[in-house]
Amino acid sequence: MRRFAVLFEALDRTSSTTAKRDAMAAYFADAPAEDAAWAVYVLGGGKLKRTATSTELRLALALETGYADWLIDDSYQHVGDLAETIALMLPASPDDIEDTPLHVWMEARLPSLNKLESAERVALLREWWRALPPGQVFLVNKLLTGSLRVGVSQRLVVQALAQWANLPTDLIAHRLSGSWSPGATAFRELAGPERADEHAGERPYPFFLASPLEQEIDSLGDVGDWLAEWKWDGIRAQLMRRADGALLWSRGEERLDGRFPEIEQAAQGLPDGCVVDGEILAWKLDEEHPLPFAALQKRIGKLKPGPKLLADTPVRLMAYDLLELDGQDLRERPLADRRTLLARLIEDRRPTLMLSPAVPSSGWDALTAIRAESRERRTEGLMLKRLDSPYRVGRKRGDWWKWKIDPYTVDAVLLYAQPGHGRRSGLFTDYTFGVWDGDVLVPVAKAYSGLDDGEIGQLDRWIRAHTIERFGPVRSVEPTHVFELAFEAIQASGRHKAGVAVRFPRILRWRTDLAIRDADKLDDLRRLASG
Amino acid sequence: MDSDLLLPRPEGLYCPAGEFFIDPMQPVARAVVTHAHGDHARAGSALYHVARAGAALMHERLGAGSVIHDHDWGERFTLGNTTISLHPSGHILGAAQVRIESRGTVAVVSGDYKRDPDPTCAPFEPVPCDIFVTESTFGLPIYRWPPMHRVVDELLAWLDECAARGVPAVLFCYALGKAQRILAELATRTERTVHLHGAMLRLVEAYREAGVRMLPTQAVSDSARGKDFAGELIMAPPSAAGSPWMRRFAKASTGFASGWMQVRGARRRRGYDRGFVVSDHADWPGLIRSVEDCGAKRIYVTHGDGEALIRHLRELGHDAFPLRSLGGQMPDMRSSEEGD
Repeated sequence: MRRFAVLFEALDRTSSTTAKRDAMAAYFADAPAEDAAWAVYVLGGGKLKRTATSTELRLALALETGYADWLIDDSYQHVGDLAETIALMLPASPDDIEDTPLHVWMEARLPSLNKLESAERVALLREWWRALPPGQVFLVNKLLTGSLRVGVSQRLVVQALAQWANLPTDLIAHRLSGSWSPGATAFRELAGPERADEHAGERPYPFFLASPLEQEIDSLGDVGDWLAEWKWDGIRAQLMRRADGALLWSRGEERLDGRFPEIEQAAQGLPDGCVVDGEILAWKLDEEHPLPFAALQKRIGKLKPGPKLLADTPVRLMAYDLLELDGQDLRERPLADRRTLLARLIEDRRPTLMLSPAVPSSGWDALTAIRAESRERRTEGLMLKRLDSPYRVGRKRGDWWKWKIDPYTVDAVLLYAQPGHGRRSGLFTDYTFGVWDGDVLVPVAKAYSGLDDGEIGQLDRWIRAHTIERFGPVRSVEPTHVFELAFEAIQASGRHKAGVAVRFPRILRWRTDLAIRDADKLDDLRRLASG
Repeated sequence: MDSDLLLPRPEGLYCPAGEFFIDPMQPVARAVVTHAHGDHARAGSALYHVARAGAALMHERLGAGSVIHDHDWGERFTLGNTTISLHPSGHILGAAQVRIESRGTVAVVSGDYKRDPDPTCAPFEPVPCDIFVTESTFGLPIYRWPPMHRVVDELLAWLDECAARGVPAVLFCYALGKAQRILAELATRTERTVHLHGAMLRLVEAYREAGVRMLPTQAVSDSARGKDFAGELIMAPPSAAGSPWMRRFAKASTGFASGWMQVRGARRRRGYDRGFVVSDHADWPGLIRSVEDCGAKRIYVTHGDGEALIRHLRELGHDAFPLRSLGGQMPDMRSSEEGD
């Protein structure tokens, strides 16, 4: 692990994205594949199932140092990171220590803790610590308690891999998408030459994400160059038809298999080797509009929905795009062509698979008028997509815009929580949310309302179990949950750390379908504030 | 008896028996000043007693016209009903512990001190006493200083790395004490010239005049406009970070030399690329060792609340108290983040 510890230090020691990327690329070139694979995994935010509790770690530290529990607690409060507190308090270890490779830690040592009784776990931790230099004590503790958090985003890891492999980032992003499992072969394959059947596997294509429209609508040029669609309020998903069945991936790149049997069943009728991008919506047969998002939420949590739920809350896939047909990657083809092929492909699968209707657009004024109907149609506004646009990777500005109706919304990550007052005292109900500024989450809004009692209870339990640090009553939590916040106005503010202040923020909903890397960026908010 | 020797007052720590203040924050009639840092040496008092080794710095800090009596290490002099002597604290050049003896009782106010070797000043001298007043800037067991030679290794490796990347290395550190200590430590390993921010020039000269051997230095302001500082070491006080002064060091790698750099979060919060753990204060083992070395019956802890140190000392069997428990009122001398 010595090599990985050196990489970690290099990453930790610079705020320069370029330097971080270079350091990772050099490591990938240099490290044994079986270790580099795990580096990809953990640097991208992956973590092992927690193998030791913080109580066990503290106990092991107390036994190892002889320090009183209160002194360990005081030190931890000061440092704010248990893994680091331990590394700083342990006696210095000898320098000439035999190195254990990263993959041995990840595949054998750390998982072996799970099979032990608590007391044995504590004893083994102490044994490990004694045989590790301080930098590695910190790393091992980090690996067994959660993620590394060294200011590296998944995207940056992808860029570093692309630099090392001399391949396009989009290809690497695709190869890493879905549930990539680390291993020497998997790592070597990341750098392999592009194959014709590259996309035929189970991995989803990286999603192309629209950016919020901020400029005047008529600055987009000729309305005839654009496809307007409703911005449906559901779960963005990718439906893949493969020889042995259908797969459904969420935008957070989680498998949704089994949750939406109607869609999987409809997909059986599609030819092998096609991939549809769309939105899962709760929608009753013969109804003109979909059910509200809250209805769909009942379905998201259910791994095997029962007959009553299926009858009350049926779902369908509103198809936006066709990424693959007959095993051919269509993403470079113009949207207009892909849509024609999509329409033909799914026309017999209505209504479970239905083509997202084009909103007729005789001109920008007419579109603006139609957009005002968004709420009645249970949509969030309009999507504007350039008819000749390829299907890109990630959030690239220019070709696809989301033209939402008010209020402004933002997908933000829960960072801090503190107990509420009155009826909510004793429960963590006052939340602080953050968005990405580079690869750091910065707080942008506090919100107190918008969740129902069930969600509040669920979140409260989660917060207690996942507190990182306490500042008096305030707790910082592991960035995990994404919430959609709404707010009425946004303006530049020197008083706020993020440089923007939002007015009347509230929680619209808990976005269980999003991973934290899907949260919005501070730059997006700044642009809104300056517009 | 304690309150006869030491009594916190709004102006600072007062010795009623000797009618003097130690490091007063406001002008007083008679002051004993431990060292020349701005939060200890303040102008305006009628008369100062200081250690001879630090007298030049005191003149620099307190301004011309201040009446300063300087004393050799260990020289005994009388103030009121007390016998006073000054003993090295190892903090910076001329930094003193104040020994106060009155009617058979000895109190030592250690000021700021450290136990690690420092080529720029006399080492801490354990002074046997009944009452010991200790600082607790780094009063948690997570603070254990690495040996200086290892930090120097890190500094040199950083400079090599900056040279290889063709960027300047800007090291921030306190202008008095820390800067000179680093220049002196580096002088044992390299001969390069270091570029200094204006705030450091006179203080570095004062050390040189006191006979401290340091690397050659040059004022940044003496460099030609547009000079390329790639691969050069520049030293500046932390207040220069993020100021327009930094513009001439485009793409510089920044480092901060401070005990606070021991904690990763502290470094990340401040946004420096590199943290170097160098402190002129005692680390946790140094604090405990000093308490045990002086054999005092009562320990008073100052700087912040020192809560953890007090509780730990009590568990070790010492009578330890916060300084404010002596009664009286004294403003906290500084926030814990300022010491370094």
